[in-house]
Amino acid sequence: MEVTLVHFLVVSTLLFCLGIYGVVTRKNAIMVLMGIELILNSSNINFIAFSRFGNFGLEGQLFALFVIVLAAAEAAVALAIVLNLYKTFVNVNVDEIDTLRD
Amino acid sequence: MSENFLIQLSVIILFLPLLGFIVTLLLGKKIPKIFFFEVFVLLVGLVLSAILLIGKLTSFADTSIIAEFKWIDMGNVPVIGSIKIYLGMLIDDISALMIVVVFIISFLVHFFSVDYMKGDIRYNRYFAYLGLFTFSMSGIVLTHNILMMYIFWELVGISSYLLIGFWYEKKSASDAGKKAFIVNRIGDLGMLAGLLILFLTYNTFSFQQIFSEISKGHLPFNSGFWLTVTGILIFCGAIGKSAQFPLHVWLPDAMEGPTPVSALIHAATMVAAGVYLVVRVFGILTADAMLFIATIGALSAFIPATIALTQNDIKRVLAYSTISQLGYMIMALGVGAYKFAFFHLITHAFFKACLFLGSGSVIHAMHHEQDIRNMGGLRKKMPLTYATFLISSIAISGIPLTSGFLSKDGILSGSLAFASLTGHWLFPVVGYFVAILTAFYMFRLVIITFHGVPRNKEKYEHAHESSFVMVMPLVVLTTLSLFFWYTPNPMNPEDGWFYTKWIKAPVLHTPENVRFDFMKTDEAVSSANAEEHDIMYSETYASALHHIHGTAVILSLLMAISGILLAFMMYQWKKISADKLAERFKPLYNFSLNKWYFDELYDKTFVAGTLALSRTVAWIDRVIIDGIVDGSASVTLSVSNFVGKFDNIVVDGLVNFMAYLSAFIGLIFRRFQTGKVQTYIIMVIFSIVILLFIFKSF
Repeated sequence: MEVTLVHFLVVSTLLFCLGIYGVVTRKNAIMVLMGIELILNSSNINFIAFSRFGNFGLEGQLFALFVIVLAAAEAAVALAIVLNLYKTFVNVNVDEIDTLRD
Repeated sequence: MSENFLIQLSVIILFLPLLGFIVTLLLGKKIPKIFFFEVFVLLVGLVLSAILLIGKLTSFADTSIIAEFKWIDMGNVPVIGSIKIYLGMLIDDISALMIVVVFIISFLVHFFSVDYMKGDIRYNRYFAYLGLFTFSMSGIVLTHNILMMYIFWELVGISSYLLIGFWYEKKSASDAGKKAFIVNRIGDLGMLAGLLILFLTYNTFSFQQIFSEISKGHLPFNSGFWLTVTGILIFCGAIGKSAQFPLHVWLPDAMEGPTPVSALIHAATMVAAGVYLVVRVFGILTADAMLFIATIGALSAFIPATIALTQNDIKRVLAYSTISQLGYMIMALGVGAYKFAFFHLITHAFFKACLFLGSGSVIHAMHHEQDIRNMGGLRKKMPLTYATFLISSIAISGIPLTSGFLSKDGILSGSLAFASLTGHWLFPVVGYFVAILTAFYMFRLVIITFHGVPRNKEKYEHAHESSFVMVMPLVVLTTLSLFFWYTPNPMNPEDGWFYTKWIKAPVLHTPENVRFDFMKTDEAVSSANAEEHDIMYSETYASALHHIHGTAVILSLLMAISGILLAFMMYQWKKISADKLAERFKPLYNFSLNKWYFDELYDKTFVAGTLALSRTVAWIDRVIIDGIVDGSASVTLSVSNFVGKFDNIVVDGLVNFMAYLSAFIGLIFRRFQTGKVQTYIIMVIFSIVILLFIFKSF
């Protein structure tokens, strides 16, 4: 059986859904961050798959590299925020940090 | 003397008395002797006015000098056109003569008052008022336009009011002041209407411009009738101010004022202002207007003369005599004897002022006794006052060698000439009859006051001749009542410089068709010729006057002498008993004694009518106007109540409903805003899914 574009897309969709599920259900901010990483990675799969099966040259792969860099930067910033949150509230549960709501 | 000099002089003359008034009024309380300043100012004014007269007569004998400046410029008023109001001075023969007369008498009255008013609590204010009066009178005399004349006309009215009511603690004095003021107002209303008609037609108040427009044939509303109406309306001002019938009732009451005031204002100058006004506008009077004026004049000459016969108050006799003499002047103007009217105005000013000051001297000597029945025999106590009073009485009766003879005789011959030309014989008849009456009541006054035996011994004992300050004006005025000031021939004024040189014949401006026949310009007398011989109007009039003059002199002499003889018969020699005569003609006597019941008549009709009218108007005000106002108030109240309810229920309800609606919507939507990121993400995802379904066709 030959691996086609559809297979890639199915995998990436599954990954995206898992990411969304993680973001929505987890209370821990670090778990939410991990969900976001999953969503980014699923989009990376899409980029590369379209680059491989479409006539787009290397642009898709280039974008995938950008996304990886972006994800690293984002993880650094987000983790710094999480650390600060922990310093302030002594926990990192997103539903309990609601000072701005009041 | 240059024109500018005379104009400046006239302005200074006008404002000098005002300066005196202001200074005396302001410093009166602080400096007790300030009245000397007022008297001094008047002396300066007298000298300056004499210079003005000399300058006018020598340098500008045939021209009149006019200086004017723009007072108000309203620009172009819609509908009416441009309105410019000029004020200015006019120096011509009559104004130059008149201003000298005003200042002579005013100065003498000031001088006289220094002693007469001594000890009065408002001594300085009295002099201030005299100054105000002199200022206003000079304004009337020197103005070149009828508006300014009207302004000063009201100013003399107010100063007359102030001076009549000078002793305002006395009810009768303050009432007399009010009466004079209000009665004058009636006449002034007519004058105002007249001058407004003139302004409406000619868009100017200047006499000169109005006259020249009328000469060109431009008449008010393009009809001779309206010219007559205008003339009569302006004459209404003179009826009020000169106390002519039917508005003569204020003058006798005005005698409540101090006697020098009566001499100055109510005998010599202010009341003559009416005559002066008619003299000023003489050129625009039509035949009908002149006939009206002559009739009023004749009535005013006759009625007060009959009243004067029986009065017992020395000043009231003189007051009625003043009205009667003013009536003569007005009648003279009405019959076209223009020069004689103005001549009589001047001569009368002198001898009547003298008579009033003489009566003031008597009243002063008798300690404010005015009833002649309490006098008598004063001849011996007050020889100078008696002499001057007697000469003035002779003058007013019209006996030769006096000025009164010259002018009165002129008026009578003028009215005779008029009658012979037009057939109105009633005027000379009234004139001659009044001449008898005048001689009679004047000599009755002289005899009862100065001759015979003293009737009030106690007062007689205290009586004494007045001081020099009071006698000097009497002597001066008596001298001015003699003939030689006016003419070298004591029998005929036409030989004199006063009549022929100083007073110019009037220039008529009315269209020919509304004049009397004898006033029409006839071919025989061309204008050049007329100026040369100084003939008034026409050859016909001149010859009529000439023919009648001899008869007139004899008749008027006869009348005067018979009047005087009658007075002597009744009061000096007691050949005829005055009491029996009064008894026999009881109704007539009472009619005269009660002044023809004019006051009662006016009380019953005009005063009561005015009161009734005021009551009606007050009722209308209270019931109808107030009712309307109250009604509108309650309507407003109920409308506001309704509007208040509407506000409370509908508007507030709407606003509150909107608030509740917002709160309700808020309640729903606050559910969605949990503050939890994950919920939002779920919503976003749901939204995306829904959007995908909606746009799935793409």
